[in-house]
Amino acid sequence: MGTEPLFEKGEEIMSFFEILTIIIPSTLLTAAPLIFTSLGGMFSERSGIVNIGLEGLMAVGAFAAAVSTLGLEHSGLGDASPWIAILIAGAVGGLFSLIHAVVSISFRADQTVSGVALNFLAAGLTIFLVKLIFDGKGQTPYITHNIDKVDIPGLAKIPFLGPLFFQQVAYTSYIAILIAILCWFIVYKTPFGLRLRSVGEHPAAADTLGISVIKMRYIGVLLSGVLGGIGGAVYLVTITSNYNVTTIAGQGFLALAALVFGKWHPIGAMGASLFFGFAQALSITSQQIPYLDRLPSVFMLIAPYVLTLIVLTGFVGRAEAPKADGVPYIKGQR
Amino acid sequence: MSYAIEMRQIRKEFPGIVANDNITLQVEDGEIHALFGENGAGKSTLMNVLFGLYQPDRGEIYVHGEKAVIHDPNDATRLGIGMVHQHFMLIDKFTVAENIVLGREPKKNGVLDMKEAVKVVRELSEKYGLDVDPEKKVEEITVGMQQRVEILKTLYRGSDILIFDEPTAVLTPIEIQELIEIMKRLVHEGKSIILITHKLKEIFECCDRATVIRRGKNIDTVKISDTNPTELASMMVGRKVHVQVNDAPYNPQGKVLEIEHLNVADARKVEVIKDLNLTVHGGEILGIAGVDGNGQTELIEAIAGLRKTKSGTIKLNNQDVTNQRTRKMIEAGLGYIPEDRQKHGLVLDFSIAENMVLQTYYQKPYAQMGILQNKVIAKKAKKLIQEFDVRTPSEKTHARALSGGNQQKVIVAREVDRSPQLLIAAQPTRGLDVGAIEFIHGKLIEEKKKGKAVLLVSFELDEILHLSDRIAVIYEGYIIDIVSPKETNENELGLLMAGRKKGGSEA
Ligand SMILES: Nc1ncnc2c1ncn2[C@@H]1O[C@H](COP(=O)(O)OP(=O)(O)O)[C@@H](O)[C@H]1O
Ligand SMILES: [Mg+2]
Repeated sequence: MGTEPLFEKGEEIMSFFEILTIIIPSTLLTAAPLIFTSLGGMFSERSGIVNIGLEGLMAVGAFAAAVSTLGLEHSGLGDASPWIAILIAGAVGGLFSLIHAVVSISFRADQTVSGVALNFLAAGLTIFLVKLIFDGKGQTPYITHNIDKVDIPGLAKIPFLGPLFFQQVAYTSYIAILIAILCWFIVYKTPFGLRLRSVGEHPAAADTLGISVIKMRYIGVLLSGVLGGIGGAVYLVTITSNYNVTTIAGQGFLALAALVFGKWHPIGAMGASLFFGFAQALSITSQQIPYLDRLPSVFMLIAPYVLTLIVLTGFVGRAEAPKADGVPYIKGQR
Repeated sequence: MSYAIEMRQIRKEFPGIVANDNITLQVEDGEIHALFGENGAGKSTLMNVLFGLYQPDRGEIYVHGEKAVIHDPNDATRLGIGMVHQHFMLIDKFTVAENIVLGREPKKNGVLDMKEAVKVVRELSEKYGLDVDPEKKVEEITVGMQQRVEILKTLYRGSDILIFDEPTAVLTPIEIQELIEIMKRLVHEGKSIILITHKLKEIFECCDRATVIRRGKNIDTVKISDTNPTELASMMVGRKVHVQVNDAPYNPQGKVLEIEHLNVADARKVEVIKDLNLTVHGGEILGIAGVDGNGQTELIEAIAGLRKTKSGTIKLNNQDVTNQRTRKMIEAGLGYIPEDRQKHGLVLDFSIAENMVLQTYYQKPYAQMGILQNKVIAKKAKKLIQEFDVRTPSEKTHARALSGGNQQKVIVAREVDRSPQLLIAAQPTRGLDVGAIEFIHGKLIEEKKKGKAVLLVSFELDEILHLSDRIAVIYEGYIIDIVSPKETNENELGLLMAGRKKGGSEA
């Protein structure tokens, strides 16, 4: 019949739009924790301190968020609980990052080793504390007040754009994007940002101009802890809702990859995080998407990591890194 | 009258070495005061003490007659002291203006005001006649301009006492003249200048007085108008200095290096060596004269096996070695003193001993069955350190800790000791003091006397004229002419280097 092909074509257009309404909100959701964490890594590495410990910082943040949301819920704070928990997690992440700061800045230890140690410490410590607090259980109970996917009032009604960008999304995703813009402003438009970058590029030059290399690097690492902690917390309160040893599983490393892929630039890191978020969203939502649902699910599960590898090996050179990234600063060394 | 700067009895030790041993320095208001001494004499150390980068073990500092304690560069800046460092302290990825205002940024409501910064830099640069482009990135500007940026950094902070640490080492002759003009203008504007250098010519051109130090000790402070270059030079090295001249008879022997129809492209794939022919014999020093950037770098890299040729042949001892691996070249009898000693000549974080065996470490007796014989290596290094007069606490010291002249001596020791058939010496004395220059020139002449072939590349015409048996002038990638040093002069060489052949014909 003459009408049938037309009908089929119309259906395809419809379903493609539908696919987008599934994938885009999902991308925004999975990207948010990566954006926060990669921005944290950006501050640390821009100051000249390599931070492999992002994974551990996220774990600590997620753990802190789980425990404090449970506590806050219990004391009747209701929907405010996860939001307050995110702030607490930021503080805890900041504190935890001080270990990395002291070891690698003050004692000038190898920054990669220190970062790896941070990851092991985070995994061990959080699970130990979970067992201690929850009577020997390997994971926390589920939180009941997570940050839900909602339709943004007003904006969600915009035709076409509304369903794509403003329906079924979490506020944290928008906050993440705004923070990325704020970070760009701080790094490129303020004296603090100029000094932070100078310390990561040529600490001796900064030193001769009276800028304290140690202080700037401490601030850089501390900010990575705060933002990494928030990243982990956002992951917990928007996606997993409870904490166990596999909760973070590679998210911190993905954030690190996003930082490199984004060429150590705040907006670049955000873009790369969105890309990795998209890759994860594909694998999560593939069962709902025509054609993709026919592929063995294992392909979709490994897709984000394969994409990461391809992107990192294919598109980035080390040349873009801050020049003094990873090099301890010793006054007067030639 | 009080001095602008007075440093009294300054002592500073580093592990194993006394860099400053009770040095006193008095700088008058409004003078250009030379701090003069060999590589490693302790000049930079003394100035780093004055600038607050190092803390002295003993001694006192007075600024405009008042006792000063200088803990860090901030203190020095507050006291009006500014320093242009030997190795520029500039951030490549920042713009000129960003580099200048860093640490004292103009702000509007807490936000960087780069418009204001650019404006201030423009004004300063006009006031002192220091031409810079405030909005260019540092990595895009010439070395000469980078140095002007360093000077502007100190002026922006209101310094009236300026320290220049070997400012001319990295400059071309024209840039050096410009810098001297700049310094005179600065003094005219009421600044006082301490100029570190070991080039006599500059001292006599612009300085009022000079303080000479040797091996960390004060020798004397003299008025330039009361002394002469020879006297000052011998004060610096502690003995009479002889200009080494290649006066050994010229007895060319067999062809050691033969280059035929060589074509080489540079990193941007532009052909920079074009149909070049050149022969170097045993028992001669062949000097290559030319303006920087006429293919010298690519030519020696091609000979050393560090750069692929496009066509043509290179023969070493009648053996075709075109595009051979570097180790094969070395085994075939090549010695190479590279242009950039820190990048290509040494592994800065290796010890001197390790650097001495970089090409031979895998051979007996330095390695036995794949295991390094550290005792043998150390013994060898000690012998070479002695023989080549390398000033270092020990053979275990990292190459990084040595002064430039001593780093160069390590390379020369390593290359000459292997007694190669062909020795390439690229800018072998750049940035060195007269003592070290004399020494290295003597070694090159010795190699010639042994019947080896020496290929000398230098931008210093004096060096070429003094040492060469034949001079090949390179221009735009080919040898425009070969002349004898006895039958030519700087004038003629200058014309050839600009591409004009004898008789006025344009090449
Ligand atoms: N940071 C340092 N650590 C160890 N040794 C040093 C250091 N700086 C300088 N030296 C040593 O002190 C001596 C003086 O060096 P320097 O002041 O740089 O000499 P100059 O500037 O006169 O060439 C040299 O022997 C050098 O190797
Ligand atoms: Mg020096």
